[in-house]
Amino acid sequence: MTERGRDLVIVGAGPAGLSAAISARALGLDTLILDEQPSAGGQIYRNVQRVAERRPADLAFLGDDYARGGALVRKAVDIERRQGATVWHIGPMSGAEGRQVVWSEQGRARRVKTRAVLLATGAMERPVPIPGWTLPGVTTVGALQTVLKQAAVYPEGRVVLAGSGPLLMLLAAQYAGAGVQVDAILDTAPPGTMGKALPRLPLAALGAWRTILKGLKLRNAYGRGAREVWTGVTDIRAEGEDALQRVRFTDSSGRVREIEAATLALHEGVIPNAQLARLVGARHLWDDRQRCFRPVLDAFGASDAQGVFVAGDGGGILGAVSAELSGRVAAVAIAHALGIIVESERDLRTAADLDRLTGQRWLRLFLDAMFPPPDWIGRMADDATVCRCEEVRAADLRRVAPHAQGPNQLKAYTRAGMGPCQGRMCGNTVTEVLAEARGSTPGAVGYYRIRPPVKPVTIEELAALAD
Amino acid sequence: MSYARLPGPAKARIVRMTVDGQPISAREGDTVATALLASGRLQVRRSAVSGTPRAPYCQMGVCFECLVAIDGVADRQACLVPVHDGMIVTTDRDER
Repeated sequence: MTERGRDLVIVGAGPAGLSAAISARALGLDTLILDEQPSAGGQIYRNVQRVAERRPADLAFLGDDYARGGALVRKAVDIERRQGATVWHIGPMSGAEGRQVVWSEQGRARRVKTRAVLLATGAMERPVPIPGWTLPGVTTVGALQTVLKQAAVYPEGRVVLAGSGPLLMLLAAQYAGAGVQVDAILDTAPPGTMGKALPRLPLAALGAWRTILKGLKLRNAYGRGAREVWTGVTDIRAEGEDALQRVRFTDSSGRVREIEAATLALHEGVIPNAQLARLVGARHLWDDRQRCFRPVLDAFGASDAQGVFVAGDGGGILGAVSAELSGRVAAVAIAHALGIIVESERDLRTAADLDRLTGQRWLRLFLDAMFPPPDWIGRMADDATVCRCEEVRAADLRRVAPHAQGPNQLKAYTRAGMGPCQGRMCGNTVTEVLAEARGSTPGAVGYYRIRPPVKPVTIEELAALAD
Repeated sequence: MSYARLPGPAKARIVRMTVDGQPISAREGDTVATALLASGRLQVRRSAVSGTPRAPYCQMGVCFECLVAIDGVADRQACLVPVHDGMIVTTDRDER
């Protein structure tokens, strides 16, 4: 069915989307929020309202920053919002400015015309393609945190957290607070990161002193709850028959070790969830510091695709505080683009937030140095699966890499990226493997072309569009 | 069983559903994926190409590893669907 037209459709109800919606309402924009998850908050504030109502004691270990997300969700509560709404196409409108947004909700497709679109689709964890990562029992640090927030569910048996990044430290601290035992932490940050990060600390502390303090606390608590902590870990492999049984890794002295595990959670930072930004044809560039693509945006979040803005981590990883700031900035810029406010008012209303965003960028420079993204993905083991859906291994890609013009041809040759996840889990890896194999750079190699529908749709769902 | 639920004053209502013909109780607020984990089910399907076992991986709608049939509709992402009373879930069906 076709809904009445809107001024603004926001995709995503995390910190960026919600704060943008609150600002947009204040500016008089007729706004609709579409979010795929069961409840508002994004990944960071997942399920925060229910947790606050039904299990408030859990806020003690989930943390103050999580609890504060509840205020944002409440503030946006009377803005029209659909949960469980999966956007699968954003098309141009024929003969008019604006966009058509198409989504599925409760088994039916719906569409709406809108004058502007804000993509607030956030981040996803960087896929960490180690050998054995498809075994049941292997998951991600973010996934463990998700089920903790969503349902107070945690893994029993031997638990191993492997990787590096603030989220891994946060989950370790949350588990310690909840009384969940972690057997081992395999820290993959290369030696010497602290030395590289320290010069960036003064500006970071100036820009975001509260976050730095929280990080120091986390760092002190980090590992205290785990039975073993290994640093400088490389070459992690997950092993087992029908499920995970062992984790094998190389320690900092070069010795290969093996530990029993029922759960292995991987984490090597997060990358933009950019499927929709790709779909609308926004230009992307490869960010060498964060080792991922991000859409090219102006200072206010406008992409170069007509009528499409991006806010939050979907535009480059800057974290939840920045997401709120950039969401507000984008909403004001959209009001200006739609002729609701003049340029001087836009500048006045965004100045303070843009200033704070600069401070957040200083913080990110420090964090990116402290937790550098993995540099081994292009050189990953031959036997590791790259595309989980179609079960394409690194060796399969390398065999045809010399003959492939880029990721799209590689996809045609190998089926990598053709499964149900539509390349979300292998896109970054394919680019890195191809760049390495061809002696090129990820930016030059490029990424899959993303086409609608960006999520699988049933014929029955489609039929609901005929009205 | 490899996942459990934290003890605590959970005021959530119990939701009764059927998984592969077996009755299970979940909690209001669960996704199908968390309900399956909490009921001791890790593997939910086999991969389409080689038939290797798979379990929910990302829990946020990205990876499509948690595909199951829900109320007669195949290939639903279990991590995105909230549970409801009387829900019928079928796993391990070579979904794709």
